[in-house]
Formats: sequence, C-alpha cells, structure tokens
Amino acid sequence: MNDKIYKVILFATALIIPTVCGGVIYALVTDAYQAFEHFGFFKFLTSSEWSYTEGAEQYGALPFITGTLMTTLLALIFCIPFSLPVALFVGEYFKGTRIAAILSTVTDLLAGIPSIIYGLWGFYTLRPIIMALNISPQGSGILTASLVLAIMIVPYAASLSAEFIKMVPNDLKEGAYSLGATRAEVIRKVVFPVAGSRIFSSYILAIGRALGETMTVTMLIGNTNSIPESITSTGNSMASIIANQFGEADDLKLSSLIAIGLILFLITAFINLIGKIMIKRARIA
Amino acid sequence: MESVKPILEFKKTCVSYTKQTMAVKYVSAVIEPNTITAIMGPSGCGKSTLLRAVNLMHNLYPNIRVDGEILLNGENILSMEPIDVRRKVGMVFQRPAPFPTMSIYNNVLSGYSLNGIRLSKTEKDATVERCLKSVALWDEVKDVLNKKGTFLSGGQQQRLCIARALAMKPDVLLMDEPTSALDPIATAHIEELMQELQKEVTILIVTHNMGQAMRISSKSMFMYLGELVEYGDTETMFTNPIDERTKVYLTGKMG
Repeated sequence: MNDKIYKVILFATALIIPTVCGGVIYALVTDAYQAFEHFGFFKFLTSSEWSYTEGAEQYGALPFITGTLMTTLLALIFCIPFSLPVALFVGEYFKGTRIAAILSTVTDLLAGIPSIIYGLWGFYTLRPIIMALNISPQGSGILTASLVLAIMIVPYAASLSAEFIKMVPNDLKEGAYSLGATRAEVIRKVVFPVAGSRIFSSYILAIGRALGETMTVTMLIGNTNSIPESITSTGNSMASIIANQFGEADDLKLSSLIAIGLILFLITAFINLIGKIMIKRARIA
Repeated sequence: MESVKPILEFKKTCVSYTKQTMAVKYVSAVIEPNTITAIMGPSGCGKSTLLRAVNLMHNLYPNIRVDGEILLNGENILSMEPIDVRRKVGMVFQRPAPFPTMSIYNNVLSGYSLNGIRLSKTEKDATVERCLKSVALWDEVKDVLNKKGTFLSGGQQQRLCIARALAMKPDVLLMDEPTSALDPIATAHIEELMQELQKEVTILIVTHNMGQAMRISSKSMFMYLGELVEYGDTETMFTNPIDERTKVYLTGKMG
C-alpha cells in the first residue's frame, strides 16, 4: 500500500517537467502563429527586413539566424585551441595529479561566472582592445561577442573532453607504448581516434550552450538589425533581438519575436539531441 | 655450452613504487637466447613488475624507480631511450587489446604507423602475412583483413596482439599472463605458438599456471616477496626444488 502511494507521487512529480516543457512549446507555437500566418513560415525565415513602419511592418528572422550561427561557429573555432589543451592536460598528461585537479577546478569555475560579468568584461576590457587594434571602429560586433562566448564555453568543452580522454583504456595506451610509440604518437594515433567521436560530441553540447547565450551577446554584438557583412560588423543574434525588443513589442512584432524564440528553441534542442545521441552511440572499447 | 652469449641479463635489478617499499629486490639472472623462461610466484611477488622493467614500461609512471642494471645484448637498457628499447623488446598483455579503430591489417602494422615508419605496399603485405602466419591466424582472417580487430574472438585477438609485437622483429618478447583471459582451447593454441616462436625470439612469460610453465618453458624463475628465490631448469625446479619456499608454492600450499 505504502509502495503504491510512493509510486503515484513519484509518477506525478516526474510528469510535471514534461508537462511544463509541453506547455512552453504550446505557448510558443500559438503566440508565434500570427507572425507565421502574416508573413508565411518560409518567407519569415528568409526575409532580412526588420522595419516597424506603421501599416507596412516587415519582420524577417534571417539577420538574427545569421547572427546566431556566425557567433556560435566563431566561438567554437576560438574555443578549440583553448579547451583541447586543457582537456589533454587534465585527462592525459597530468591525469590524477594535483596540478590537473587545480586546473580543472579553475576551468570549471569559469562556468560559474554569471554571463553579465562576462558581458561587462567584454564591454570594458575587450572592446577597447578591439578598437585600439583597429579591428573595428565601434569595438562591438560579431567578433567581440564570439571571443567572449568562446571563453564561456571552454569549461563545458574542456571538462567533458577530459572525461572522455581519461576513459581511453590504459591497455590500449600501454600497448602502443610497448610498440615504441612516443607520447605524442599515442595521443595522435590512439587517444584521439578512440575518444574522437565523443570529444566531438562534447563540442556539440558546448555549441548548444553558445546558441542561446543572451546577456553577453546582447551587450557586445552591437545590436543592428541587418545581416552582418563580415565578422567585424555589428549584428544581432536571435537571443539578443528578443532581449532588446520584447519590452516595447506588441501584436505582430511580439509574435515575430516569439517566432524567433521558437526557431531558436528548435535549433538548440536539435543540436543538443545530436550531441546526446553521439555520446551514446560512440562506444569506447 | 658455457659460451652461449646471454641475450638478457639482470644485475641487481630493483624496482620500487615508493621510497619505503621495494617491489623487486636485487634480482640477478642470465637469460639465454631462444629460450622460454617462466616467471612464477604468488600474487604481488613482483613478477609482472620485473617483466615490465625490461621494456621500460615503468618510465611511464614518474613515481616508479628502477635501479641496478638490465643488459640487452650487453647494453644497459636503463640508460637507453625507451623508444629504442621497446622496439627491441615486444610485450603482450594480460587482456587482449587490439586497437579498436584499426583494421586487422593495420593492427599488425601499428608498430610502424605509430612510429611514423613508412613501408611500401609490398613490404606491408609481406609483413602482415608473415606475422599472421607465425601466430597461426592467417588462414582464419586472410579474407577479412580490413575488418576491425575487435570482431575477433578473445584468443584470436590475443594472437593478433602477438603478431603486432612480432611485426617489429623484437629480440625479446615479454608476455604478462597472456592466456589468463582465454579459454582452454585458445590457451592451448597460444602455448603451441610459443614453442614455434622460440626459434625467432626469446620469451619471458609471467604465469600463474604451473602446468603451463611446465609445458612450455625450459627455464623457470620463482619469485617471492620481490626476491628471486630460485632460477634454473624448469624440470629440475618442478621435480627437485632447492628452496623450501619454492617447494611449498609448487605443491600448492602457498599463493
């Protein structure tokens, strides 16, 4: 009897989360419907107009989809040369040592810093440097946002990759050493091929994190509503346009913003799903 | 008789994991070429530790110290580059572990690819065929050379690992309980194989299986608490052990 009650309570509480998630999706879809109906789903995705002229309002998501994809991709590229060495240091070279524990703790601490702090640092420290280096006149833009985003996702990519590098069986590494391989050769020809797909999946999960990052990007991207011409241009990401404009939006504009939110949700969910599937499927012998 | 030049010689070899405790204590022994030497002893007696000293495996772990001398063809390996030593001294481990991302073909050649040594296609084919034939695996896998090595049975995988070690043409082959993870039939295969391999390579094998030591080895070492208690002809040791501890172990009252 007791067991039965326990089971019912457990079931009910476990169901709350999927229900809330379903509710969020339902709300997003119903609220975004007006925009999709007005502009057409495909037109909304591919239009780069964003004008609020009364009576001739035009809203399209393309500049923001581009902005999000550009910042995320650049952040990923910038993040690899920092996170991979950390992962190798912690997971292989200094595995199990004090210095590795310190490095991995410090890296993990980066994940705990609130994004507003990253934003402030980017705005008051990195932006003047970008300006001083004459990379862009206004300092803010896709590049600046991507650099800070890269630092923000390093801990996610590094700590997951380090775990996967640690999981490469010692038997295989010793087998390679016994054949006369050097450490670099063991890493290149045994550790990376064996842990490769899982390391890749940890970067996919890091991307998932970068896609939706709002505060930092809003503070640094420059907030212009057109497709960025180069990586030094200003722009807006899907998250930053919503953060910028939701307060003063109503009706069709609000519906358009929510539609952008729905697209962002779908992209992020898709990327995370791929990452999780890859981790599951990649077997380590 | 006495003039056979030793291939391997331990001179007061010591291995310690910590400053206080020695896992291998002052082992001295001379190994003649093309012999099979079985190293026996209860768990924790230092037999694997001694074996791993011969291909400088301990260098991978900074806390482990190896002292004394180990001569390979008269040269002290402890002052040689680990990479050079390991190419001359192959090793087969307890659990068969072919490289999971490589095909059978590439597993045999992994010693070359890991070291960045390039071979021509004909050299590669010849090496693969020679090594797989010498481990009696050729007939079983010659049609599936491009399949992953991990699809093979445990015994086949272990033979593949022996082939991988043989491909580097080592002078000495170290085997650390190579059959302990295998079934009796696969074990018999490997034992048969070792008799054949003796012609080209000197084998040192750590084994818990006394029957195995008796069947395959010509010389035996008995180690206890890090010391080499007794070393001599296998037959003599099994029929007429000199040391009391050897006798107790061999009659199954210890270990």
